[in-house]
Amino acid sequence: MIKSIQNLGRRGIESIWRIGAMARFFWMILSASGISFRRFSLTIREIYFAGVMSLVIIMVSGLFVGMVLGLQGFETLQKYGAEETMGVLVALSLVRELGPVVAALLFASRAGSAITAEIGLMKATEQLKAMDMMAIDPIARVVAPRFWAGVISMPLLAALFSAMGVFGGYVVGVALIDIDPGVFWSNMQSAVDFRYDVLNGFVKSFVFGIAVSIIATFEGFDAEPTAEGVSRATTRTVVTAALTVLLLDLILTAFMLRGVH
Amino acid sequence: MERKNIDLMVGIFILMGVAALLVLALRVGNLGSERVADQYNVEARFENIGGLKQKAPVKSAGVLVGRVTDIRFDNQKFQAAVTLTLDKRYSFPKDTSASILTSGLLGEVYIGLEAGGDEKNLQGGDKITLTQSAVVLERLIGQFMFGKAAEGNGDKPTDKK
Repeated sequence: MIKSIQNLGRRGIESIWRIGAMARFFWMILSASGISFRRFSLTIREIYFAGVMSLVIIMVSGLFVGMVLGLQGFETLQKYGAEETMGVLVALSLVRELGPVVAALLFASRAGSAITAEIGLMKATEQLKAMDMMAIDPIARVVAPRFWAGVISMPLLAALFSAMGVFGGYVVGVALIDIDPGVFWSNMQSAVDFRYDVLNGFVKSFVFGIAVSIIATFEGFDAEPTAEGVSRATTRTVVTAALTVLLLDLILTAFMLRGVH
Repeated sequence: MERKNIDLMVGIFILMGVAALLVLALRVGNLGSERVADQYNVEARFENIGGLKQKAPVKSAGVLVGRVTDIRFDNQKFQAAVTLTLDKRYSFPKDTSASILTSGLLGEVYIGLEAGGDEKNLQGGDKITLTQSAVVLERLIGQFMFGKAAEGNGDKPTDKK
């Protein structure tokens, strides 16, 4: 009985310790960013691996999600004779929610896990320690470029996801279901507000980019330097990043929706 | 060579991302269609604005000419003070009347402007004096039922016949 309570207490302390360590780690990255930006080609290289390599999965998923939204939305809207507003449904749900959230989830599993595994393996093979010995700050050399690459890539990927999704909805709506294209676009434009919908979605994806990148780099840096430890850290990255993104989405949405009233 | 390739790909990626944002802003959103011309503000006072909200459209003859940008309660006159932001391309006579209307039975609430015959035009900061409040459905139903009840009482003898 007491042991199980002890267990609970230890877990609680550990998780709070991890949050604190993550916050300190975040601060370390920020203060090392200046040095790392002096060699910006490192960051560009990481944007290539995190962003460009995620392009295919993000764009294809966006297209499919938009098409499915179109088909499902049509099914329901048709009952109320409002199938012309299908574009509104597709665009609003993509721009406000699905674009940032699904892109962040895909990004966490596609690029975040790779970042964790890479940094974890560098730690396991003592490359990070070697850098330290050579008076190279591993945070500035290894971690900060990966972090900033994630922060820069994420909003762009989310925007691409949403744009592809809208295109998918357009294909389904106009080519398959035969909605008038002019009505499709004009309904969408009158319902989607730039500041309230598009910009808020952009802010969301930016926040998610920070969260996913910090989790991925921290888990890698914090991984046990064994093969098992790296694999566990990679799993933790995907799980923690997914949960954090969804929780942050709830919080951000609650704040953003309050803005109207 | 390798480095140049990576730079190129990242450049393309960033361009694509920015293009997607522009598409979202201009094609999907309303950034392209609004804010085209200069605007001017006109104030109108209503006894009751019903369900009017900020950003509600202002229409004249069914055409969108502006939007509601501010709604305040005037504590001196106990009226609602509504600021209408109108497009500079459209000008209206000074005795234009504003009324709060609903498109369809359950549709959005908007302000309709009916042009008058004055030779002078409304300027920025002017007030629209001729206004018609929103029709509150509950009040309408209430009046109807009172009317029916009164009618029913009067008609009782005739009913019995």
